[in-house]
Amino acid sequence: MKRLSGFLLFAALCAALPILFPDNYYVTVVGLTVFINIILAVSLNLLMGYAGQISLGHAAFFGLGAYSSAILTIRYGLNPWLAMLAGAAMVMALSYILSRPILRLKGHYLAMATLGLGIIVHIFFVQADELTGGPDGISGLPVLSIMGLPIDSDIRWYWVLCSFMLLTVLFSLNIADSRAGRALSAVHGSEIAAQMMGIDTAKVKSHIFVFSALIASVAGSLFAHQQDFVSPESFSFFFSIELVTMVVLGGLGSTFGAVIGAFILSILPEVLIVFEDFEVLIFGAILMVIMIFLPEGLFVALKNRVIHFMRRSQGGA
Amino acid sequence: MPLLEVKNIEKRFGGLKAISNLSFTVEENVVFSIIGPNGAGKTTLFNVLTNIYKPTSGSIFFRGTEITNLPPFRIARLGVSRTFQNLQVFLNMNTLENVMVGCHLRSKSGLIASALRLPSVIREEKQVRAMALEALEFCGLDEFANRPASSLPYGILKKLEIARSLAAKPKLLLMDEPAAGLNDTETAELCQLIKRIRDSGITVVLVEHNMSLVMEISQEVLVLNYGQLLAQGPPGEIQKNPEVIAAYLGEE
Amino acid sequence: MDQLLQFLISGLTVGSIYALVALGFSIIYNASDVVNFAQGEFVMIGAMSAIFMLKAGISYPLAAFLAIVITAGVGLALDKFAIEPAKNATVVSTIIITIGASIFLRGAALLIWGKEIYGLPPFTNNDPIRIGNATILPQNLWVMLGTAVTVFAVKYFFDHTRMGKAILACSFNKKAAYLVGINVKRMLLISYGLSAALGAMAGLLVTPITFMSYNAGVMLGLKGFCAAILGGMGNSMGAVLGGVLLGIVETVGAGFISSGYKDAIAFLVIMLVLFIKPSGLLGKGEAERV
Repeated sequence: MKRLSGFLLFAALCAALPILFPDNYYVTVVGLTVFINIILAVSLNLLMGYAGQISLGHAAFFGLGAYSSAILTIRYGLNPWLAMLAGAAMVMALSYILSRPILRLKGHYLAMATLGLGIIVHIFFVQADELTGGPDGISGLPVLSIMGLPIDSDIRWYWVLCSFMLLTVLFSLNIADSRAGRALSAVHGSEIAAQMMGIDTAKVKSHIFVFSALIASVAGSLFAHQQDFVSPESFSFFFSIELVTMVVLGGLGSTFGAVIGAFILSILPEVLIVFEDFEVLIFGAILMVIMIFLPEGLFVALKNRVIHFMRRSQGGA
Repeated sequence: MPLLEVKNIEKRFGGLKAISNLSFTVEENVVFSIIGPNGAGKTTLFNVLTNIYKPTSGSIFFRGTEITNLPPFRIARLGVSRTFQNLQVFLNMNTLENVMVGCHLRSKSGLIASALRLPSVIREEKQVRAMALEALEFCGLDEFANRPASSLPYGILKKLEIARSLAAKPKLLLMDEPAAGLNDTETAELCQLIKRIRDSGITVVLVEHNMSLVMEISQEVLVLNYGQLLAQGPPGEIQKNPEVIAAYLGEE
Repeated sequence: MDQLLQFLISGLTVGSIYALVALGFSIIYNASDVVNFAQGEFVMIGAMSAIFMLKAGISYPLAAFLAIVITAGVGLALDKFAIEPAKNATVVSTIIITIGASIFLRGAALLIWGKEIYGLPPFTNNDPIRIGNATILPQNLWVMLGTAVTVFAVKYFFDHTRMGKAILACSFNKKAAYLVGINVKRMLLISYGLSAALGAMAGLLVTPITFMSYNAGVMLGLKGFCAAILGGMGNSMGAVLGGVLLGIVETVGAGFISSGYKDAIAFLVIMLVLFIKPSGLLGKGEAERV
């Protein structure tokens, strides 16, 4: 079980927190945001970190999931789980159709196309007000329940989101260490060599795009129920950028890097609140400084230093 | 039936004819070398054979199947693999993982199965690891298995590309200047390695500048000049061919 | 028909602004391979600093001039303190750095100028001029004229001056430029300054028509990126053309379909263009060498 020791430690930590600090604001309230962000960052890392395909529009799929749940449950009275499923199916279909033309693009062109996708979807949320409630959004989603148990308190949401987050992290770790994951890394490393090894690069890219969109969509549905409210603001271009930042901040290509990045970027605004007007300024500065001095990302830089240090001390002994 | 059959291939870049009206066949179980002065179109030919560049006209058959317009990964699936002149090692992986990518065609776990890490995936991982280690050993790279590819010297990376291709168990291996940049010891090792590859039943097509290497291991040599076939035959004949000598002397 | 003419006039005006932003984008991209997500903040800083100097009683032309100088200074600082120290960064890292810079600059603007929305007075008397049934404001003419003059000046700079040619040389091959004695670092610095100055120019021209606030630069910057892509990344005159086209398409589209979807139309167009021709209108397809 050495392969999963890091994961088990992380899972234990997540499980211990609400038991040790049952009514702590940071655990049961901020914790939920952290979990959603981790799910999104880890899913985005599958595409960006593993397969090397930048996406500046990940929030679109998150938003489509959230709005599907809100619209289908409130306007059409659908069962929340069915609504979540329908949203996921719709996002899968959409992302599949878009994946081929979008992922044919590279570098800045790919960045532009995914950015465009995110902005178009966001404008749709704002403008299609008969369906989406426009800028005010929609509130009053039905309570989600699991086998008759209603998920209606922060602590229950903690367990639900924590479970889905851990599942996502586990999936991501499993993929990294598999034929599928190596195919993704190969596409990242050299697309031509990957093709010569028999990898259908277009298909591999398309599949991971759909998979990561699917996770984002389910996260969106859960988010909508947890917040009991959806509005376009949560799914803007800025949020997509924030997700990319989480992934890069922690370290591209590392699952736990994405986890750490998501954690830091979710906590940072809470901490920076004390600086009031300086919040935005400091946030921007931190981002720049980390990227300039640790371009490989915080987690990866730290991990490399630890490995380096251990090698050296072993060599010296 | 020849293993590889090239019929009237032509490749133009704008007005420039990189390859014109080239036909040749490669029989099974030989080392077939393609030589020629710089800019003769050798690497272009490899890129056309693997359809990284689409030929302007002409057709290519592999074991009787037309592969002219197949995407590279489909050509690979039929049993063609290649190494690259400008290394295309996956620098984001370690040595073993690079070679495990080479086993892609010999395994089949998909994305969902991998995410769930089904028992079949665990079983296959073991097999793939064993296959990759075997290919590493064959090339004498086993000691580097867990080193990140980005930390390896050039000569090792060149061998790593060969190991990665061999892991796919191809019928035909295209090698683009494997000896370039290697010292004499490394070249001698390479020479042995290519012979062992051929002996294991893999046909080798070689693009190479190192003439002593080419003459030592090839059964057949094809000379390209300005994208055209200048001569073809066993190494002994080629060495005596006055046109070939003129082309090389003319250049140097 | 009259309506179309009216749309064309506003489209050309907006398009001119996009063209300037895209030109700035393209200059930085050429010089340093960086897609500068802080380009829109240059526009904002140029406009906002002019607005506040005007409020402080400085004359309009002097305020405008100083605003351009200040913004160019911000551009220089961006290169010196954020881009230069990170010269080995990957494409994605530089994207994050410039995003960080844009957030930082927005934060600074918020601190200095607050959240309010401001405007600039038009350059001259702004009575509408009638053309058939359509009208054109003198400020629209100023925008088009100002853009045209700036674009030609930039083109002259790159085609005919020693420094312009040196910058171009850097964008083709940094090592070769260095070897023939060009101070590459300084050329990059100048590119950032020039690009920022172009942004400020766009801000000055557009603010009398649209207003400005600390976060109004974001969308303008993204549109500039759009236009640069449309024209083929790295092709300066392509970027200008891309900007003008984008402005017209977006305005006409919004006029006939729905103004709420104006921005969506621009991005939809850019996506379609990319799907059909991934290298932009004037870009060359790049073949991979193996």
